[in-house]
Amino acid sequence: MNTLSEVWSWLTTAANWYGENGVWNRLGQHLLLTVVCLVISSLIALPIAVTLGHLGRGGALAVNLANIGRAVPTFAVLVLLLLTPIGRHGEWPTVIALVLFAIPPLLTNAYVGMREVDQDVVRAARGMGMTGTQLVRRVEVPLAFPLVLTGVRIAAVQLVATATLAALVGGGGLGRIITAGFNLASTPQVVAGALIVAVFALLMEAAFEIGERWGTPRWARGRNR
Amino acid sequence: MTAPPDDCLARNDWICGDYLSTRREILLDAVVEHVQLTATAVGLGLAVAVPLALLARRRRWTAGPVLGLTTVIYTIPSLAMFSLLLPLYGLSGTLVVVGLALYSLTLLVRNLLAGLAGVPAEAEEAARGMGYGPMRQLLTVELPLAVPTAMAGLRIATVSAVSLATIGAIVGHGGLGNLIYAGMNSFFKAQVLTASVLCVIIAVVFDVLLLGVERLLTPWRRQSRRRSRPRVRTAGRKPPVTAGMAAGGTAPDGASSHRPPPPDGASSRRPPPPDGTAPGRRT
Repeated sequence: MNTLSEVWSWLTTAANWYGENGVWNRLGQHLLLTVVCLVISSLIALPIAVTLGHLGRGGALAVNLANIGRAVPTFAVLVLLLLTPIGRHGEWPTVIALVLFAIPPLLTNAYVGMREVDQDVVRAARGMGMTGTQLVRRVEVPLAFPLVLTGVRIAAVQLVATATLAALVGGGGLGRIITAGFNLASTPQVVAGALIVAVFALLMEAAFEIGERWGTPRWARGRNR
Repeated sequence: MTAPPDDCLARNDWICGDYLSTRREILLDAVVEHVQLTATAVGLGLAVAVPLALLARRRRWTAGPVLGLTTVIYTIPSLAMFSLLLPLYGLSGTLVVVGLALYSLTLLVRNLLAGLAGVPAEAEEAARGMGYGPMRQLLTVELPLAVPTAMAGLRIATVSAVSLATIGAIVGHGGLGNLIYAGMNSFFKAQVLTASVLCVIIAVVFDVLLLGVERLLTPWRRQSRRRSRPRVRTAGRKPPVTAGMAAGGTAPDGASSHRPPPPDGASSRRPPPPDGTAPGRRT
């Protein structure tokens, strides 16, 4: 395979890894974008989900949000934001689109996690005289934690994928290597970039998988798995 | 030099009737291409997913690898997926179709398996007792009863494929995505907004159509919802199999009555996928 050897030689050329357009720089941008957006969307979605879950309301809202989110193309939203006045401010269109699309998985998983808490446990805690806040902090949130974490993982992996699309609207990140390859009509660079992106996404997924396994306390293992 | 005409195209408005009337054919072509891409892709995905799911059910040891592999594919970002297929298919519509079909595999296989697993043991025993062979049992009992769960997966897969197809613009075959891409480069607002809205409309139309197909394929659920459920409730008997399905009773622990909808949300009657976590939205 000729293409394969060309891809290999692209990947092993040091010049492709260093410098402003190098892989390392793009990887850093990608990671930064993902982490920043994950933090912002978690700060927005998780408190809402915990409140709604505690009150037992708004389930339809969370589910409908997730469903509508699926039908809206990320690429279209990115371009629409780019063409509005927001588009003049660097990475803002990307950040807004990424946060918007990361909220539904965070919201739905955390909400479901809160609702799946054993109602007997909740009643027992109430019987012990816990107030609403105590109940949330000491019973419901710890018990819902595994599903909340699942939502965070889904959102993170999705963010990695979406951050790739930022390159289509002139943003940074690993996707830039692929789009640059298309502009140069260089199939080896396109494929090499795609490989790097795919490996990065899979590593992110694996890292969360391992982190989840290690971070879950023993009593919570086996639930929601 | 004469002054440019003062219409919404010249002003570059977001919403523009003139754009719709003058570019009608371009829009129609893009819609047709979009629908073709997604329909072919989901059809292809279904053609691969059904044998895979049946294999995973029949030979248990294949279930792990099949689910693992499709999940790994699902994790790959769309831009990377289309680019990885580039040496195989070149800049063609086939590339987009194959990429989208690969994504649909995860949802289809998972939901087919979950649907087959949710078939009540009583129904299978009854079929066996009536002398049904394995093939007849599969075709007339198991697959029809798995339809609601499988359809939930098919609907999500289709809607996702519609929105993902736009990325096909990177290889020049993205249906409405091409218009969005071109509109971005020329700052043509009306084109971007119109194409985006059309995308969402296509997704909704597909979803409604599939919902209709689902209802046609499962006539017993409509009937049971109207008649047998109230009767069962007042009589206090153990609900019959079909009524149980309609009431959401496919959850194995029977605690479905107070359960919230699953995170994936397309169907509140859907049991959780085999590994318990629903895959997120594809981008």
